[in-house]
Amino acid sequence: MKRLELWLYIAQRASALVLAPLVLLHLGVILYAVAGGLSASEILGRTRSTWMWPAAYGLFVVAAAVHAAIGLRVVLREWTSWRDRSLDLATLGIGLVLLLLGLRAVQAIA
Amino acid sequence: MAGMLKVEIWRGTEEGRYETYEVPSQPSQTVLDLVTFVQRKLDPSLAYRFACRVGVCGSCAMTVNDTPRWTCRTHVQKVVERGRVRIAPLRNLPIVKDLATDMVPFFDKGQEAKGRFIPSDAAATSVAEISPEDPKRKEADAAIECIGCAVCYAACDVVSWRPEYLGPAALNRAWTLVSDARDSDRIGHLQAVADDAGCHACHGHQNCVEHCPVGINPTRSISGLKRLVLMAAVRGRL
Repeated sequence: MKRLELWLYIAQRASALVLAPLVLLHLGVILYAVAGGLSASEILGRTRSTWMWPAAYGLFVVAAAVHAAIGLRVVLREWTSWRDRSLDLATLGIGLVLLLLGLRAVQAIA
Repeated sequence: MAGMLKVEIWRGTEEGRYETYEVPSQPSQTVLDLVTFVQRKLDPSLAYRFACRVGVCGSCAMTVNDTPRWTCRTHVQKVVERGRVRIAPLRNLPIVKDLATDMVPFFDKGQEAKGRFIPSDAAATSVAEISPEDPKRKEADAAIECIGCAVCYAACDVVSWRPEYLGPAALNRAWTLVSDARDSDRIGHLQAVADDAGCHACHGHQNCVEHCPVGINPTRSISGLKRLVLMAAVRGRL
């Protein structure tokens, strides 16, 4: 792909923009759930009451999969001698695994 | 005379060792003075490089007590540690011999980054009028005084991790050209720095800023390039 590195850079910055507020939301949810002593069924009752929770976490999962995979690729390229096509495929694999695991979790709360 | 200094100097190429020399301490002595004393009085086989001795030519940069510096403008008093000064060649460049590095990769990257002015006319028919107050001119002026000493290149960790990375000096030069209203190939300059080894490889550590002897901020220049390249890419101009 032409200018692959540049587009990966853009994808990583764009996903970071999405992640920043969602991470804060996620931390807020954790604090709220723990402080309030909500049970698992109470939490599920709330997440299943509206499409917005699965949508927010679905977006979170997509952004995290993109962001983490690209970031890991940069680290590997700089700290190891792994540079060729196989690294790109491995990056894609890591992204897909994160995406699948994350979407399964979202499905469970939807 | 405040006694003797122990000066440890790298001898050899990639393989080598530090040799220790005793050099008399003098007021206002520079690190380059130490090296010159050793070469003239103690060991004429020592190889090093310098030219102007006044911080203009960018030839004499070395690693002094683990920090890249221009040696002609570095006072010994500023860097000496318990009577010792350790001098090595610049990092991230091949060593020719002793303190002299091969600067070819550094200068080649200046060309790879298309760090040269592209005029709009083969023969100038008029003089471009550019106000010194013009914001773009100010951007270029802030970055233009580079002396090509490679201190930033030696200080940069990204260069050490990715040897193909163009480095702070070359990218800074490219930034002065895209900020120059007289240059006619803005997109060409951006294309040259948009590659894998270009501006987006910069982590923004600012080691270059910290060490630049003439006070340039290459990280800022590189950030400017990142922004312009990103906008050009999104608009499909690259």
